[in-house]
Amino acid sequence: MSWEIVIGLEVHTQLSTHTKIFSGASTTYGAEPNTQADAVSIALPGVLPVLNKGAVERAIKFGLAVGAHIAPRSVFARKNYFYPDLPKGYQISQFDLPVVGMGALTIQVEPLSGNAKPYEKVVRITRAHLEEDAGKSVHGASQGMTGVDLNRAGTPLLEIVSEPDMCSAAEAVAYAKALHTLVRWIGISDGNMQEGSFRCDVNVSVRKPGEPLGTRREIKNLNSFKYMQQAIDYEVQWQIDTIENGGKIHQATILFNPDTGETRAMRSKEDAHDYRYFPDPDLLPLDISEEWKESLRATLPELPEARRVRYVNELGLSAYDASNLTSSREMADYFDTCVNTVGVHAPSPQSSPASGRGGERENQSSILAKLCANWLTGELSAQLNRDGLDMAQCPVTAQQMSGMLARIVDNTLSNSGAKEVFRTLWAEGGEADAIIESKGLKQVSDSGAIEALADEIIAANADKVAEYRSGKDKLFGFFVGLAMKASKGKANPAQLNDVLKQKLAG
Amino acid sequence: MFNSSLTQLGAALRAKQISSVELTQLYLDRIATHNPVYNAYITVDAKTSLAQAAAADAQLAGGQAQALTGIPIAQKDIFCARGWRTTCGSKMLADFIAPYDAHVIEQFNRAGAVNLGKTNMDEFAMGSSNETSYFGPVRNPWNQNAVPGGSSGGAASAVAARLCAAATGTDTGGSIRQPAALCGISGIKPTYGTVSRYGMIAFASSLDQAGPMARSAEDCALMLNVMTGFDERDSTSLQRDKEDYTRDLNKPLDGLRIGLPKEFFAEGLSADVGSRVAEALAEYRKLGAVIVDISLPNTRLAVPVYYVLAPAEASSNLSRYDGVRYGYRAPDYTDLADMYEKSRAQGFGEEVKRRIMIGTYVLSHGYYDAYYLQAQKIRRLIAQDFTDAFEQCDVIMGPTSPSTAFNLGEKGDDPVQMYLSDIYTIAVNLAGLPGMSIPCGFGDNTMPVGLQIIGNYFDEARMLNVAHQYQLATDWHSRAPL
Repeated sequence: MSWEIVIGLEVHTQLSTHTKIFSGASTTYGAEPNTQADAVSIALPGVLPVLNKGAVERAIKFGLAVGAHIAPRSVFARKNYFYPDLPKGYQISQFDLPVVGMGALTIQVEPLSGNAKPYEKVVRITRAHLEEDAGKSVHGASQGMTGVDLNRAGTPLLEIVSEPDMCSAAEAVAYAKALHTLVRWIGISDGNMQEGSFRCDVNVSVRKPGEPLGTRREIKNLNSFKYMQQAIDYEVQWQIDTIENGGKIHQATILFNPDTGETRAMRSKEDAHDYRYFPDPDLLPLDISEEWKESLRATLPELPEARRVRYVNELGLSAYDASNLTSSREMADYFDTCVNTVGVHAPSPQSSPASGRGGERENQSSILAKLCANWLTGELSAQLNRDGLDMAQCPVTAQQMSGMLARIVDNTLSNSGAKEVFRTLWAEGGEADAIIESKGLKQVSDSGAIEALADEIIAANADKVAEYRSGKDKLFGFFVGLAMKASKGKANPAQLNDVLKQKLAG
Repeated sequence: MFNSSLTQLGAALRAKQISSVELTQLYLDRIATHNPVYNAYITVDAKTSLAQAAAADAQLAGGQAQALTGIPIAQKDIFCARGWRTTCGSKMLADFIAPYDAHVIEQFNRAGAVNLGKTNMDEFAMGSSNETSYFGPVRNPWNQNAVPGGSSGGAASAVAARLCAAATGTDTGGSIRQPAALCGISGIKPTYGTVSRYGMIAFASSLDQAGPMARSAEDCALMLNVMTGFDERDSTSLQRDKEDYTRDLNKPLDGLRIGLPKEFFAEGLSADVGSRVAEALAEYRKLGAVIVDISLPNTRLAVPVYYVLAPAEASSNLSRYDGVRYGYRAPDYTDLADMYEKSRAQGFGEEVKRRIMIGTYVLSHGYYDAYYLQAQKIRRLIAQDFTDAFEQCDVIMGPTSPSTAFNLGEKGDDPVQMYLSDIYTIAVNLAGLPGMSIPCGFGDNTMPVGLQIIGNYFDEARMLNVAHQYQLATDWHSRAPL
């Protein structure tokens, strides 16, 4: 009998405020150790926390984005434990009254195994709460001693806790990616995983179908989706092997070692802390008015899920393309700009006033959208990958891109010509029309010229023509190649195909 | 000069009868003579104080003097003051030089007052006799074998012995009022949230409140004018308009309704203290007040509730003293846990450790509901008792402490006896109300007795009026021990 996998995630996302959650110290990453540690950050005697309103606003926005209940009153609590990078000896967090209650996130899962189909799933979000980050212990900082860097201490975090709704590494990764997209999309976090702005703790257990939940182990601090998948795969197999070999799973906190691909227990439940949570008397309860909440709701952009659905339903894109295009707000906005701009620059030549039925217009806008989607998820994404850039750093603006796409739509550019224009835009910038002009990339769509070209090729290759006509269909490509070459690549390929096919048929 | 009120001192300074430097030097000389006996100050820094006095003299010369400009004020060693050693009475912070000013210190600096020194106190304000200080006990100027009360024992002793013009204190369960009573001075703990706690080293955050300790209600009013005001750095600071606490001092007391809680006059109250309070009430009747019998039914629960909540908060507040970033670190240790354990074992005194353990216990898994949550519920009941009582009266009066000053070491072995010393004051902190103590005579052992005045929220001006009218009619507050 097979095993069922149960996974829940706790994600710590760093909120994009300029200052810390309880003090005015800067949150900029990468400063010299302790240069961003003010009196509150180092917990001098007598200092007090003052809540950063910007952090609260970001938490509320998140809650609204996942359709969650926003607590009209939530409470900050102290989580008490000793550690050198925890200057107060307690972390200010939220415990039984978090700011964000139950919500949900729809995810698109792409199974890792070969032929399974992509599918959609709703993952419930249990809660999300505000808390402060700890500092950093730097082991062996000097002469074998451990240094403490408190720059990060007090950085605002939103801890997002899911229900154990995921049952594969693929689902867990899809959820983490969707969450990662969302927090960046609504502008509450930069989501920078290398800098620790988005860290995942993954709770994993296994059970036989129908049995109660198994004992879970928590993989801490995963900051890459690849590692997350590897860690879960390893951990699941380890748990199954352990049980099948007659062992028992004990609740534990574990770490994933990317070098070995293995997980390793950090501490067991027996040495779990008693955090002695209690309401922080230095902070008043956090009251959120209906007006405040609604004013923030008004600032939310169209959310990725809504836009994904719109792309499929209104633009006729495939689920796959729609998912890819909504993987970041920059990509989706770029796409929207292209679709809108190309539509204006290249009104479809075939459209006639008489055939202005809705269906046809939709069909045309769908063709346009598909063209834009293909270029963005294809050529543009590949080029970004090659250069190690993300969408925000793309050297070709959506306007420039649209200028080129419009020339594909109006048949000025062939596919190969378009690629050359794109390469030039990427490397040198400029305008598509000017590049087409200076490089002579305008494709030949004059039917007389193309027919003459076809006649020429047929006349010069009588033997091959005979072979083709006697059933050697594969030779068609040979004729197309010759004709293309003769036109210096400028012949409209679709037109050339049609003409050649017709003439070769005799 | 040493018996002058703040108003008189201010007038003398403005009239150039004396300079701030001269006045400060007189006090410094007096401290040099008497402090070795009373041990009221932990730190005196003549150079810094005199520099401040010189700056005050410049302000006075320039005609920019405010009420307290140039007047030497003693600061409880719980307030961080930039450049000053700030110990909180603990070995843990014995060498800690504060790099910033508490809000209270800033307020006095802005007012042009002179910081005369940092006064002794129970360690981290935990104590009722000033015997828990790492810097040794403070002596009561009325009897050197007696305690001054605590935790603001140094401040009370300094004011009574005329080692400062006035002083600051803090009050978590009675730490201003009880030492004021035991040393025969006046002190007021304002409504919670009135004085910013920024820079005031935390004991129990939801109870801690700073206030003045002085020789009269009028002086307290002038001090309070300086200390109060909204501070955005303290989230529990109340956003209210600045008040002049002297405004009602001279109002007559006709028709004033004084509530007398029967629970304050039950078992445990010394007969002599009870008599002095009764005499004070008789005086108030003469001044036109009427006495109303009231009940605060949950009074007996105040001490047990307090000794759950205050240690709970303290156990967390004191976690930052771990030897990592500042403060005491044990000289020898084997690893991190050992460093924590030894630094805290050696850096904290017995009473502090006792309360950290109590607090840790009541917050622990499995005990939290039974202790901490239950105590929070009772805390609300206690506050409700007062709300109900103030329907019937304008102020509440009773003894500040069940007895006069006891002798050093007398209650050392019995923490519960020591805790009961604050039985009448603690409920006021739990409710967040303002409370005051003024001298109202002497007990059988010739030690001062304090009358406690409890007001409704934000009713400090009325309480000061009530105290001031009594002090116009009596002279207990102007008796000096020397």
